[in-house]
This record gives sequence, C-alpha cells and structure tokens, in this order.
Amino acid sequence: MTAALAQALASYWRRHPLELATLLVGLMVATALWSGVQALNAEARRSYAEAAGLVSGGARIVAADGQRLPLSDYVALRRAGLRVSPVLEGEWRAGDVDLHLVGVEPMTLPRGAAPIGEEAAALPAFVLPPGRAFAAPATIARLAGRPGLPELVASGQVPEGTLLLDIGRAAGLLGLPDRVSYLLAPAGTGVPPAFADRLTVAEGPADDLARLTDSFHLNLTAFGFLSFLVGLIIVYAAIGLAFERRRPMLRTLRALGVPARGLALALLAEILALALLGGAAGMAGGYLMAAALLPDVAASLNGLYGAHVPGRLALDPAWWLAGLGIATFGALAAAGDSLWRAFHLGPLAAARPEAWLGALRRRLVWQAGAAVLLCALALALLLLGGSLLAGFALMGALLLGAALLLPGLLALVLAALGRRAKGPVAHWLFADGRQRLGGLSLALMALLLALGVNVGVGTMVSSFRATFLGWLDQRLGAEIYLSAPDGAAAEVIGAALATTPGVTAALPIGAARSRFAGAPLEIYAFTDDPLYREGWPLLAALDRPWDRVAAGDAVMVNEQMARRAGLAPGDALAIPTATGAWETRVAGVYSDYGNPEAQVLAPVAQVRARWPELELRRLAVRADPASVPALLADLRGREGVDVTDRAGLRASAERVFEKTFAVTLALNTLTLIVAGIALLTGLLTLAEQRLGQLAPLWALGLTRRRLAAIELGQAVALAGLTALAALPLGLAVAWVLTEVINPRAFGWRLPLLLFPLDWARLFLFALATGALAALWPALRLARAAPADLIRRFSDER
Amino acid sequence: MLEIRDIAKTYPTAQGPLAVLRGVSLDLAGGTSLALTGESGSGKSTLLHLAAGLEKADSGHIAIDGAPVTGLDDAGRARLRRETVGIVFQQFNLIPSLDVGRNLAFQARLAGRADPDWQAVLAERLGLAPLLARYPEQLSGGQQQRVAIGRALAARPRLILADEPTGNLDEATGDAVLDLLLALVAESGAALLMVTHSARLAARLDARAHLHAGRIGAEPVA
Repeated sequence: MTAALAQALASYWRRHPLELATLLVGLMVATALWSGVQALNAEARRSYAEAAGLVSGGARIVAADGQRLPLSDYVALRRAGLRVSPVLEGEWRAGDVDLHLVGVEPMTLPRGAAPIGEEAAALPAFVLPPGRAFAAPATIARLAGRPGLPELVASGQVPEGTLLLDIGRAAGLLGLPDRVSYLLAPAGTGVPPAFADRLTVAEGPADDLARLTDSFHLNLTAFGFLSFLVGLIIVYAAIGLAFERRRPMLRTLRALGVPARGLALALLAEILALALLGGAAGMAGGYLMAAALLPDVAASLNGLYGAHVPGRLALDPAWWLAGLGIATFGALAAAGDSLWRAFHLGPLAAARPEAWLGALRRRLVWQAGAAVLLCALALALLLLGGSLLAGFALMGALLLGAALLLPGLLALVLAALGRRAKGPVAHWLFADGRQRLGGLSLALMALLLALGVNVGVGTMVSSFRATFLGWLDQRLGAEIYLSAPDGAAAEVIGAALATTPGVTAALPIGAARSRFAGAPLEIYAFTDDPLYREGWPLLAALDRPWDRVAAGDAVMVNEQMARRAGLAPGDALAIPTATGAWETRVAGVYSDYGNPEAQVLAPVAQVRARWPELELRRLAVRADPASVPALLADLRGREGVDVTDRAGLRASAERVFEKTFAVTLALNTLTLIVAGIALLTGLLTLAEQRLGQLAPLWALGLTRRRLAAIELGQAVALAGLTALAALPLGLAVAWVLTEVINPRAFGWRLPLLLFPLDWARLFLFALATGALAALWPALRLARAAPADLIRRFSDER
Repeated sequence: MLEIRDIAKTYPTAQGPLAVLRGVSLDLAGGTSLALTGESGSGKSTLLHLAAGLEKADSGHIAIDGAPVTGLDDAGRARLRRETVGIVFQQFNLIPSLDVGRNLAFQARLAGRADPDWQAVLAERLGLAPLLARYPEQLSGGQQQRVAIGRALAARPRLILADEPTGNLDEATGDAVLDLLLALVAESGAALLMVTHSARLAARLDARAHLHAGRIGAEPVA
C-alpha cells in the first residue's frame, strides 16, 4: 500500500512541476536567508570567542582608569603574594599587515591559560631571542617574507591577525617596556586594599565586545527571521494549494481504504522529504549569501565596535544541522494546517475545493480577531516591556497583526470600490478581486511585510543619515584635527600654531579611560572654546551648562551613558579615576551618534587633576578657511603627525556610516525580492485555475487581450493597495525602531524624518512587482488557444 | 437565420491530425429550434463552438442573419458572442464572484442592452427572484443552470446555443429546465441550436440533425 500511496501522491507533483518548484523555492529562500544570517552571526561570535579564549582562566585585574597599568604594580602584587601573571596587548603593523599582539609571561602563566605549548623544552625558544610567536596559518601566510618578526609557529587556536608571543618581545615591538594591559589571577582573587584606588577586577574585554555587538546580531537575527517568515508564507501557500487541488484524490484514497493515519503519515513523509531537499539547497544559498555579505558585516563590526572578524567563513556541522532543522521545522509549521485537515478528511468529504465565499469570510473573521489580539499585545509590550527583546517582540506583533489585518482591509476597500463601479466588467473586476484574495492574500501579506519593513528601515536609516551628517557638521567645528606622537610634540606644534597667521585657536584634546556601571568609559578632555559651546548639540542641560563645566562643577555626558545609567542633568555621579573617585554632577547630555561607548566631556585641567599622566596628543585647529591648504601642507610635512581636515574626517565618517548599514540595506532588499517571488509564485500557481475562471468571460464576449490587460491591472492594483497599506505600517515600524529599539540597542534616540520620495520609489517598485508577477499569466491568457479555453469549461468547473 | 456550409475542422493530436468535422452543412430559421445529436466525439460541441465564434473553422462558411462568422478576427468574434448569441453551457459557467442578480444581467450589460424589466420577468419565470442576492456556490445544479439560461436570454440574442444544458441535471430537473428554455426561447423569438445526447429531449425540439463521424447523417433508430 505504501508504494501505491507514494506513487499516487508523487504523481501530483509530476503533473504540476511549477507548484513543486514554488514549494522548493519557498523552502530554499526561507532557509537561505535564515541560515545565511546565522552563519554571519556564528562567524562573528566565533571571532569574539577566539579573541576571548586566547588568554583565559580566572579573573582579570585592570587599571581603574582603563589605561594600561605600570609593571611596578605587577611586581608589587607578586610580592604581596598574589599569583598574578601579566599580559600586554596592542596593535602593531608589520609592513602593510595590521596585527594584534598578545604578550604573555610563560613562567607565571596559569597552566592552559594560553596555547603556547606544554613542553618545558619549548620554553627557551619562546622566550629567548629571536623568540617564537604562535599565529593562525592564514596570518603566517600573509606575513611571509616580512623582516623583524619572531619565528612563526602555526596554531589553530590563535585568531587570524593575532600573534601570541612572549611579553618581553611584545613590549619591545609595541614600545611599551614597563606597561601591562591586565593581570591574570586565579578566580575569586580580590584586589588588596592598598591597590583598590587604582586597580579593579574586571570582566574580560571580550564580554564588553559581546555585550556591545549583541544588539547588532539581534538586528541581523530579526531580519533573518522576517525573511524566513516571508519564505514560509510561500511554502504555506504552495502546500495549501496542493492540498486543495489534491482533495478529490485524497478523498478517493480514503474511500479506497487508506486509513486517515496512513494518509497523514504519507503526507508527513512527503513534506519531510521536500523540506530536506529545499533545505539543503537553501543551505547552499545561505552559504553563498553569507560569504557575499561577510565583508560588509566585518566592516560594520569594525566600524561600529572595533571588532576584528576575518573575511572568510568557516562553517561547522552544527550550522548545517541547525539549517536543515529550521527548514524541517518551517515546512512542518507551514504544512500543519493541511496535515490536520488530511487527518480529518473522511471518505465522503466534499471533493470540490472549499467554497470561496464562506472560506474567505471565515478566514477574514479569525484573522481580524488574531490581528486585534496581536495589536493589544504590541500595545502591552510598548507600555510594559523595557528590554531590547521586548522591543523586537513588539515589532513582531505589530508586523504580524498588520499582515493578518490586510486581507480584511483589502476586501473592504474592494467592496466599497465595487459599490461605486459602473459597468458590468468593473463590477466583476472588484468582485473577482475579493474572490482572488483567498488565493493571493498570503503573497500580499508577504509583500506588505517586506514593504512595511523596507519603509521602516529605510526611514530609520535615512533619518539616521540626515541626523548623523547634520550632527557631524556641527561637531566638526574645527578646520583641522591633528594627532602628534606624544603630548610634548603636540605642545610644541600648538605653540607654533598660536603665532601662525590665519590660525585663530589650537585647542588641545586628550582622553582618559575608566569604567562606569560595568562598562568602558572614555573621558574626553577639552579646552573651553566657542567650538564646543556652539557646536555640540545638547539634548538636555541645566542652566549655563558650559559655564558649570568650565568651572569644574560638572561634566557633560553622552546620550548613551545618560540612557544606560539613567542620568539626567543635575544628577550626581562618581567616576573611578587614577587618583580615586571623582564626585561630580551632570551639566548636560549631548548626542554622540555612532559611538558605542559611554563618554564624559570635561575640561583638560579637571581631567589632568585626576589623571596626572594624561597626554594631550591631539589638537583641534581653528583657522581662516583661506589659510587651511597651506596649514595642511605644513603640518603634513612634520614627522609622526597625523593630520585630517574637516572634509576628510566627514568623508571618512560617512564611509563608516554607509558600511555600517550596508548589510541592513542588503537584507532589506533581499526580503523585498523574496516578497516579489512570493507574489510571482502565488500568481503562477493560481494561473492554471485562473484560466478556468476567465474562460466564461471570454465565452461571453471579452477578448483575450482585454482579459489579459484586466489580469495585469488587477495584480498591479492589488500590489498598489498593499503598498498604500504598507506606508502607515512602515512609519509605525520606523517609529518603533527609532523610539524603542535604537535607544535600547545602541543608546541613542533619533528624530524621525520623512522621505516621501523614497516612498514614491517603493510604491513604483510594488506596482512593478505586481506587473512583473502577473506578466507571464497575462501573456499566457492573451495567447491561450480557444480550444484550451473551451477545455477549461469541463475541466475546471 | 443560422447558415452553416461545408464546415471542416481538424485538431492536431499526438497520434496525428484528427478530423472532427468533415464538411457539415445545416440551416436554422429564426424562431425555430434544432437538436443536434450524436455519439461522444462526433463533433457536436465543436460545431456549436464554431457557430458561437469560440473557434475558427478550417474551411467552410457560417453566417448569422447573413453576416459571416467565419473570417471574423478575435475582436469580431468576441463582439458576436457579446451581442448576437447567447450560450448555455453544460457546466453552467457562472461567474462565482458575482451574485445571481449580477450574473443574470452580466451579458446584457456587456452587450449594452440591459433591460431591468425583462430581467425581472426572466428572474420570475426562472424562479430566481428570491435568490438574486445569493452566490453561485450557494445554489443547486438546477438553480445554477436556470441562472445560465437567464443570462443567455437577458440580452435578447437572435441565436441561443446550448451545449447539453441538462446534461448535469437529474431527469426531472432537466425536464423542468428544458421546458423553461423552450418556452422562453419561443417568447423571445430567438432560434435555438441545442446539443444533446438524449433522443427523448431531442424529440421535443422542432427539428433534429444527427452527427456521425464528423458528418450529418441519418438519425439512429431509437
């Protein structure tokens, strides 16, 4: 019986290859987009884990000010009896290759804390000149022939672009002979009271990175999930259609003695086989997609968080299994309804597909009910939820609610238009449009989701771009920014610039590091000037904030810090410094887009009082615009001075911005393409049925060409109405992104700007998608042979 | 009224060309009815489709009221179906998205000859008056065929072409539907060409023609 049953079920797909292709395409795109995004996330997280795992174990003791700590502290702690081991990390350039150096001290390093080998015999070669460094094979290949390097030994445990070497050799290469980045200590080690003012036990830097990048990955996952859902809509529609068309056959099989359980199991086996086939193809697609997007993701992570992710994919078996698992899960979820109906199909059930009118009404009612519930859930999440996950859940509820509401909304609009229509064809057109909602609603829902998200994300990115560039123009008030090799050199250049004609001010800038509320904090030391007072946009402030800051009574904090720590102007805060806690107050909150870290703005004198070793290596130079080219030429001639003019800085910031959103926009476009495919496959699979629906009209005197034009116009109109519905949804999505998700994910809130030209472009895209999707069925109709149309009378009715 | 001369029609098939009609001729005067009988595959429906302008003949001549049908282009044949003939199909072929009232009026409105009074008469005579707001899927087979007949007659066509209009109905319902069709055709003054398998039903029409192997032949002995 099994073979006969399989043969009967498979015969349907043989006779309807287009529906089979639709089902497989749906599974493929759903799996590809989901697994592609997961591959990107896994690759990035693997890089963080490798970086974190290179030197691991126990606790890390760091300087409270976030700077490297002096070697003398290490010696003192060892003398105090603490089993600590020093690690020095830094960036170094070998020719044109950027390297991250990790220097360890093998004699004190806890066993297994870093992959430098366990054999005692290997120790001298590691420590004694020229020394030995462990690196990834790819790094060694890139460094081939570079002079001045220790002997390189391949290690699969060292991340790409990193050298693991002896701390003495690392200190020599980095030019930091008496500094240590942190001290490894056994778990549970506390800092002795004598050191508590300047040392602290910290989370690892990898934890900071993981915490910072979590929102980025959540964003990617949300997009992947949305695309997965849109792909599943195609699968659901294809399976549903196949079930409806096979209903007479299924009923006959039941009548011939196939038990309900056997039939349901056979259908289940069929969907599992298709899921594995489509899923495997989707995994290959996902791999290609991830490989294509990885360079942009790496650039985004580097631009946003300074995280290093190698630009190649290394996929493990778990990724393949997870991908096939999600494809199977998705296919089963999409097929659940059909399987349930097959299980309950009696041998005397009606063979005809379900009557459209009753089915449509029933579906609209339950969809509207579900939409109301989801909207209520979204409202509850907005009012009660405070986490980023709640923000995404709110977005999900909003999107799903809107999608479920769409068919009902379209049915109402078509009914209203039908009531005003003049002429029999117009009447039929709107009535037929309502009838078609039954078959096309899922594809239209997919289009609504894609368009809504596109409007939302596009609005958010464009708002961000406009706000960011405006903010950048304000913030980059000085004509020239330069960075000297050290504070002394900067002082000399500053003094020279003070007497240079055309220069109105040379303002020193410095930065100290600390930690606040468990996260890194930068203290930006500035020199009071109208450059800051006029140029730095404040979101909230006390009265005369800059006077208070200049007087040393208060500091400015960036929006990220204010939001995360719940700070407002007037609030007190204590910042750990090299000389003890700095008790101060918040004078104002400034916007600081693109910076993932907390930042405090304080006058140079105030910062120097807390960090006596603070170096002011940077200068903001205000000058008469006419004298800028000559000044730039002069400054660029000085050795070791890094000079950037305002235009260069702006261009570089703009580049980072564009890279950062390249992946988001690419996924946005992919989702839109998938929605286009959903509409196309929806129309294609219904095209056969459609010919039968239109044949009577042809017989009653409408020409094939006119019917084809109507068919095309109807698809364009449905896509257009969906696009109109997508606009308010998109604006709601943009609002949730800017007001809920961005502040929770990144710590900054953006003003929501509107870009009607983008909407018009998207509207035209929707119309073109509708036209393109209906083109083939319409052409087929226009060219249908009369004999074929006549045959439909007996076939389809 | 309807003049068919030496009509031939061949279809390509996997086994080679299949000649369905091999030089068929017949005439139908206005206000009369003709039953076209014949076994399955004899070409009855094809002849009806050619007369309706649904298909083009390979050779021969068809004219309605002296106006040639053969030689018309796609648009011309569409106009013919819209304005001159009314077709009743075995499978009803109602438009599922329109209610009964709109289905009934559909072709008359297409032809630009909507006549609410005549439609009301038809609805009354066909017993459809209480069903005008229903959709085709909410009707029985007999009710659906009555709507199809009403739709064909609503535009007051000169020629009614019916392809086994009772073939999908039980005998009693079929008889009732045919009674109505014949009565309404007589009232409207149209000519009726009806394809049927049934000699019993054929006997109720004014004249009969029997198709055998693509040619008009002698009627089989009942």
